[in-house]
Amino acid sequence: MDMEMEGEKIFEVDLGNLMASDSHHAFPSQQQSRVELVNECLQKGTELVQAIADSLFTLPSTEDIDGPLVKLPPPTTKLPREKHLPRPKPPTKWEAFAQKKGIKNRKKDKVVFDEQSGTWKRRHGYDRANDEEAIPIIEAKPTDDPDEDPFAKRRENKKGRVDKQEKNRLQNLKNAAKFGALPSHVQLAATSLPITGTQAAPKKATKDELGNVAGIAATATASGGKFDKKLPGEKPAQHKGKYRKFLPVAEGTGIGSMEREQTEKILNKIMSKNNHDILNVNKAVTVHNVKKEKNRKSDKSKASSSNKLKPQKKSFKKKGHAKKGNPKAQ
Amino acid sequence: MLEIKTAKTRRVRRELEKRAPKIIESGKKTLLLHGTKSSAVLNAVLTQIYHLKKQSAVKYSRKNDNINPFEAGGETSLEFFSLKTDCSLFLYGSHSKKRPNNLVIGRTYDHHVYDLVEVGIENFKAMESFIYDKKLAPKEGTKPFMAFIGEGFETMIQLKHLKEVLIDLFRGEVVENLNLAGVDRAYICTALSPTKVFFTHCALRLKKSGTVVPRMELVEVGPSMDMVIRRTRPPNESVRKEAMRTSRDKPKKKEKNVKKDPIEGKIGNVYIPDQKIGEMALPNKSKGVKRERREAKRKSGSDEHASKKKKEDS
Repeated sequence: MDMEMEGEKIFEVDLGNLMASDSHHAFPSQQQSRVELVNECLQKGTELVQAIADSLFTLPSTEDIDGPLVKLPPPTTKLPREKHLPRPKPPTKWEAFAQKKGIKNRKKDKVVFDEQSGTWKRRHGYDRANDEEAIPIIEAKPTDDPDEDPFAKRRENKKGRVDKQEKNRLQNLKNAAKFGALPSHVQLAATSLPITGTQAAPKKATKDELGNVAGIAATATASGGKFDKKLPGEKPAQHKGKYRKFLPVAEGTGIGSMEREQTEKILNKIMSKNNHDILNVNKAVTVHNVKKEKNRKSDKSKASSSNKLKPQKKSFKKKGHAKKGNPKAQ
Repeated sequence: MLEIKTAKTRRVRRELEKRAPKIIESGKKTLLLHGTKSSAVLNAVLTQIYHLKKQSAVKYSRKNDNINPFEAGGETSLEFFSLKTDCSLFLYGSHSKKRPNNLVIGRTYDHHVYDLVEVGIENFKAMESFIYDKKLAPKEGTKPFMAFIGEGFETMIQLKHLKEVLIDLFRGEVVENLNLAGVDRAYICTALSPTKVFFTHCALRLKKSGTVVPRMELVEVGPSMDMVIRRTRPPNESVRKEAMRTSRDKPKKKEKNVKKDPIEGKIGNVYIPDQKIGEMALPNKSKGVKRERREAKRKSGSDEHASKKKKEDS
């Protein structure tokens, strides 16, 4: 930026934008009235505008019918672009091949000699020279298949060549789209596949469907969309879901013992689920009965020791009952 | 499946080519629109800014209900409008109890929101309320002068941001050649406080001063208003870097053997390669040489001639 000196004042002038700024002026008071404020602003503005004019009107000018023309320098204040820079178009498959083989384009004549009519005709378009379609009689060869229509075959071949070219064109455009270098008038639009066997035209994908597909597609790569091309300003997708964790196998304290606990927990769970297979019922019953008897014996001894004053009747009964039960259990 | 869609008519094709990214961009278009609720002040602000920028602006007059530039997801339809109208600057007006007379000035890059500044409009004075000599009224589409007064524009981040946006909004096309007769307007922006900017539009009166440079006089023609900064969203750093990129203009290859003279104009030197006169073949040989050759032929190849004659006879 140019520094414009006016007495003790310094203005910054950007002539490309016809802009000047005074960064050393501060408005001291807020109390002054609106009219005064506006007047002060205008006065200050006049000084700045004069500063721009000083440098503008001293530029070398050329006379024109409408007035003097001056050449402005490029603006010094940098502002962002509206759209990205145009990207270079990648070479088509043919261009890449021709480059490799050193094939150079040659200009072809517009008119060529037509052998059939013996005249000079245009190379392309209506009534062109050496037009395959225009040959009315195809001579049969002994090797030809009699069931085959040579005219239909010729049409088929032509269609095949056109289709192939169209396919190649799409491929090249797709490649260009990958680099963001499609020609401005071309768009590649997604169409859904028609169901085989139906005559219905392919349905256009709705906005919601596209949104759903885009959401799925964004995370459908092996990396969960990590390496996909991002839109400007788009943030990377956050990882959703858990990571697998493994505990150390070596025995120890703290985390070292966790692995053992974990396996034991799982083992217990399995054992408790299938314990009817492991349990020896007979043995279990005996163990249970022995325990029961032991309890009863201890009960009896307690009762005899503590409740001496109580009648013996009850204890007798209990004893008898126990005696009865014991042989049964054994 | 992909389908190739191309423009059906030349007109559409031309229009699409106009919208394609260019190395040197001509100028940004502005979209003016408002939300569900708007106020009289805001309507006036939008129309008058539209009048100021008439050649490169699009104004929407209907309500737009799902635009919230500062909220995630609220910029979708805004970005769509920007794509549709090919505008990369937008002014969105909304009026609510919380934020009365709210104007969001924003820019887009590649039709995605680039940055935003939200200002409240106060003390608005419309164009119609200014009385001045109508001969001075600025012509449509002239390149304006811009003046920024106040240290806030350099020190405060928000004001600095607003300054940049205002330059982008009002500077018009970047031109190489300027007609000095067409200089007739100026925008004056003054930082009154860290959040308040006084903005006004003035006509220029050029007065004779005795020198080449005329004496400038400002006549306020409006609109004028106070902008109170509310919320801002600075650009994303990576996007900013990308947006600031310019093509490095390659220096022109020097043209050989061409000089420019102020008096005689373009002068070219033409070099003629060595003519090699010694080796040149003469157009017709002298008769003497010819006879010599004939005699030499007669001596050596008389038999050949005879055989030829025989052939002709048979």
